[in-house]
Amino acid sequence: MRKHWYDNLWIVSLLYLLLGFFNILFAWLGLLCFFIPLFIAVAGGTKGYCNRYCGRGQLFSLLGGRFGLSRRRDIPGWMKSKAFRYGFLVFFFAMFFLMLWNTYLVFAGAQDLGQAVTLLWTFRLPWNWAYHGTLFHPGVAQFAFGFYSVMLTSTVLGLITMVLFKPRSWCVYCPMGTMTQLICRAKNGRA
Amino acid sequence: MNSVKKRRRAVVDPSACVACGCCVKVCPLQAIEVVRGITAQVRQEKCVGCGKCARECPASVIVIREVEA
Repeated sequence: MRKHWYDNLWIVSLLYLLLGFFNILFAWLGLLCFFIPLFIAVAGGTKGYCNRYCGRGQLFSLLGGRFGLSRRRDIPGWMKSKAFRYGFLVFFFAMFFLMLWNTYLVFAGAQDLGQAVTLLWTFRLPWNWAYHGTLFHPGVAQFAFGFYSVMLTSTVLGLITMVLFKPRSWCVYCPMGTMTQLICRAKNGRA
Repeated sequence: MNSVKKRRRAVVDPSACVACGCCVKVCPLQAIEVVRGITAQVRQEKCVGCGKCARECPASVIVIREVEA
């Protein structure tokens, strides 16, 4: 199997997570993981992002595969059911819009900037060491904290299912994967 | 004597496939591909039924079956 440049994109994913510990504003770069897969699905009608470029999937593959940090068991039936996958997509986006709402409140001056990262939508971790002020509005930083929370939460979930099941179990219920597959279905018909 | 030749092949359940492409990456013969972002599809003429894709598939929707050659 030939190695391609994009097989090393796990380094970018790892770097992204690390950068968030030093300056939270780097979290904005994570928007690429949202827009590139959507663009490929809408314009090209494929899941090229999942299939080739997803650094997170590669990271799980590396940790669970080569590093052996996975039990390599079958994922439970309910977790790969359409109900769970679509349900998780809806939940994930509801939380995403809640995060956008909080960002809006800071922009509107109705709420102070919360220098915290919320893990698993519940646990607020103080994260003030990664904030050194911003040239822009505090709302810009609020979005960064919120977006990094989304990225860290999904990584933690992915790591848990990597250990319990197969390395790339996250791919089964990844909201971006589910969404791009839906877009491809709508675009290409039910193959 | 039964002279029907049997071969092992990977079979994908298209309704449960998430089209992530993990199988494509491990196939040593490029015998599986993700078609239009919807499901993985095995190229029957290329597949030798080694089972690498089935082991890798995070949703475990690929099985190795014996089919008549």
